[in-house]
Amino acid sequence: MEGSSAPLKTVSLIIDDRPVRVPEGTTIMEAAEQIGISIPRLCYHPKLSIAGACRVCIVEVEGLDYYLASCHMPVWEGMRVRTNSPEIRQARRDIVELLLDNHPQDCQICERDGNCELQNLAYALGVRERFFAGERKRPASDYSSHSVIRNPEKCVLCGRCVRVCAEIQGVYNLSQHARGFYTVVAPAHYAKMDESVCIQCGQCVMVCPTAAFLEKPATEQVWQALADPTKHVVVQTAPSIRAAIGEGFGMPPGTPATGKMITALRLLGFDAVFDTDLGADLTIVEEAHEFLLRLEQGGPLPLITSCSPGWINFLEKFYPELIPHASTCKSPMSMISTLAKTYYAQRKGIDPKNIYMVAVMPCVAKKFEAARPEHRMPDGIPYTDAVLTTRELIWMIKCYGIDWMRLPDGEFDPPLGLASGAGDIFGTTGGVMEATLRAATRLATGKGVERVDFTEVRGVEGLREAYVALGERAIHVAVANGLTNAKIVLDKIVSGEERYHIVEIMACPGGCIGGGGQPYPPPGRPVLDPQLLRERAKALYAIDSAKKLRKSYENPAVLEIYENFLVAPGSPKAHELLHTHYSPRLPRGIR
Amino acid sequence: MSQITRPISPTDSWPEVEATCRRILGEKICEFIDEVKKESRPESHLIAVLHRVQAEFGYLGASHLDAVAQLMQIPAAKVSGVATFYHYFRLQPRGRFLVNICFGTACYVNGADRVAERFMSDLGVQLGETSKDGLFTVEGCRCLGMCALAPVITVNGEVWAQITADKVPGVLEHYLRKTKTT
Repeated sequence: MEGSSAPLKTVSLIIDDRPVRVPEGTTIMEAAEQIGISIPRLCYHPKLSIAGACRVCIVEVEGLDYYLASCHMPVWEGMRVRTNSPEIRQARRDIVELLLDNHPQDCQICERDGNCELQNLAYALGVRERFFAGERKRPASDYSSHSVIRNPEKCVLCGRCVRVCAEIQGVYNLSQHARGFYTVVAPAHYAKMDESVCIQCGQCVMVCPTAAFLEKPATEQVWQALADPTKHVVVQTAPSIRAAIGEGFGMPPGTPATGKMITALRLLGFDAVFDTDLGADLTIVEEAHEFLLRLEQGGPLPLITSCSPGWINFLEKFYPELIPHASTCKSPMSMISTLAKTYYAQRKGIDPKNIYMVAVMPCVAKKFEAARPEHRMPDGIPYTDAVLTTRELIWMIKCYGIDWMRLPDGEFDPPLGLASGAGDIFGTTGGVMEATLRAATRLATGKGVERVDFTEVRGVEGLREAYVALGERAIHVAVANGLTNAKIVLDKIVSGEERYHIVEIMACPGGCIGGGGQPYPPPGRPVLDPQLLRERAKALYAIDSAKKLRKSYENPAVLEIYENFLVAPGSPKAHELLHTHYSPRLPRGIR
Repeated sequence: MSQITRPISPTDSWPEVEATCRRILGEKICEFIDEVKKESRPESHLIAVLHRVQAEFGYLGASHLDAVAQLMQIPAAKVSGVATFYHYFRLQPRGRFLVNICFGTACYVNGADRVAERFMSDLGVQLGETSKDGLFTVEGCRCLGMCALAPVITVNGEVWAQITADKVPGVLEHYLRKTKTT
């Protein structure tokens, strides 16, 4: 490219009487950040395209008799900017007050209370009285989806959901429809969410500054099950929960909180606390077996991982022709749920009808996965009865009144509680790949290979490729997170341009640690912040490297399950219980 | 805006989907789409395509929009977002007679609102809607440039000058008679 070799031109300007020098093309907002001023903003997001829709970030520029939106206006030589003055503060306050005027005044009973960007902004900008009163829009909410509630009444039309859905996830399910007062963010033709191409990843929930998108809650059902003496209520927690749940109680991001989380779950009244990471170990053993079988039998390759339900929905709606490539292994959640209602039920002598299985997931699409008809017992009982997001569990712990910081560490319950480090790292992008490689090298070479760290597949970047030695073979692997990145890999597979052996795809940026059900970021930090993802990932790698047990196939709990129940990886019984199938679904997405 | 159910064929096979879409839009529009798809940014012709669809069918139905989305490979949400944004795109079938009431300044001060109210109450519709029998669609528009004749309406392009609320039944009767003779 021409620009990259030429020396970077810089521009000098004055912001609030202080000289600033920045590269050409820098926006006023970015330039102000260099001198430590964070201009108030709403629709702006560093990972998304610039909309300039909300006008909250306006600034004064000398010589202009109108304000400029600092998020999209590049600086020019000699520009004199004022980020603060009585007039500009008044204008910003008016803008936010006008947004509030068309917004329900129900903060106290809102899911985002205390965690709402609009609320925070109104406070920060000094909206203390309400001077405007006009007509308010009241479009209906959409509860049709298993995972995501759309409540356009709370929408401020910032367009971040539209942009994350189109730009990060490549789904483009949402668009602003109609105009002016009647503008509504909705799927095509104002269709209901469950009739749309939505893949239920929940990233719209993450980026929404208000409560216009929320997960469909399951807390009430779980409270009721916990209060029902006839129910044996068991819970499992996904790998990435322990890396993020502490944030809900003021712990710094990246603090592993496995022990406290287990104790809190016991206090809530769960009869047994299981580890989804063991399900991850089982997934790995089954998937490595499946991979080697496909490698011997000539395909279909690449094998594409199938743990991420958002990705699976994307596969079924956008790339149905690649369904044969997806691993048939159930996700770790569904494996644990299945074993809880079969293996565990038999061992404990409990009728599976009386087991209530709760899964705590970083994900809203898991709510959809749990409801899939494939994941039911022959008599129709779902293997997973309820899925809670990390946020919902944090709320339940607070609602109960549990003093998190004083909780002692607890341990998971047998027989579904022991996991290897390979299972733990499932929660971050590249983790499934690394765990598979640990297992596949062992299975392929027939001996315990010493290598456990496959750092070439680590990192939170959206797309990584590597060649890894497997015995005498070089295995070509790709790891993608965020579905726009996945599309790049998938298109290469469809066109035959690249021949991969294994591809790991996670729907959400960063993998499960950045899932749509994870805690909203701490104040002042944006969602999708790579640094936040790195910190959460670090917690998982720390848990992994602190363990002696780091390979799935060495996990005694796994060996025990095979010995006492499933016979062997890939056995008919394993296939019956731990594998599933996918099929194309409509409406078909345009990719 | 009405809730529209999913159209297009219940299949996932692209040749079938494509054939269905081509059938929905007809040869003329498909030719135009094929032509613009040769260009570097075919999506920039979306509005032009939608205009042609509306000219052909009188409105943009959900199946038309989905067919355009599939053939142009533009996300359906974007297509329906564009179609609902512009006033000139009609999302419901048009009646046999399109009544356009001018709300320009001269017509307005001379009582266009009373004329509109009479049309709406006589036909049982709101502005932009079509009567149940499918005969009349009532719409408002800005200045038609015939201020000397205010208030003015057009019905299928025919101009009716100095219309008052009392004259509305006569206008409707005039066109109703047409449906009986043909």
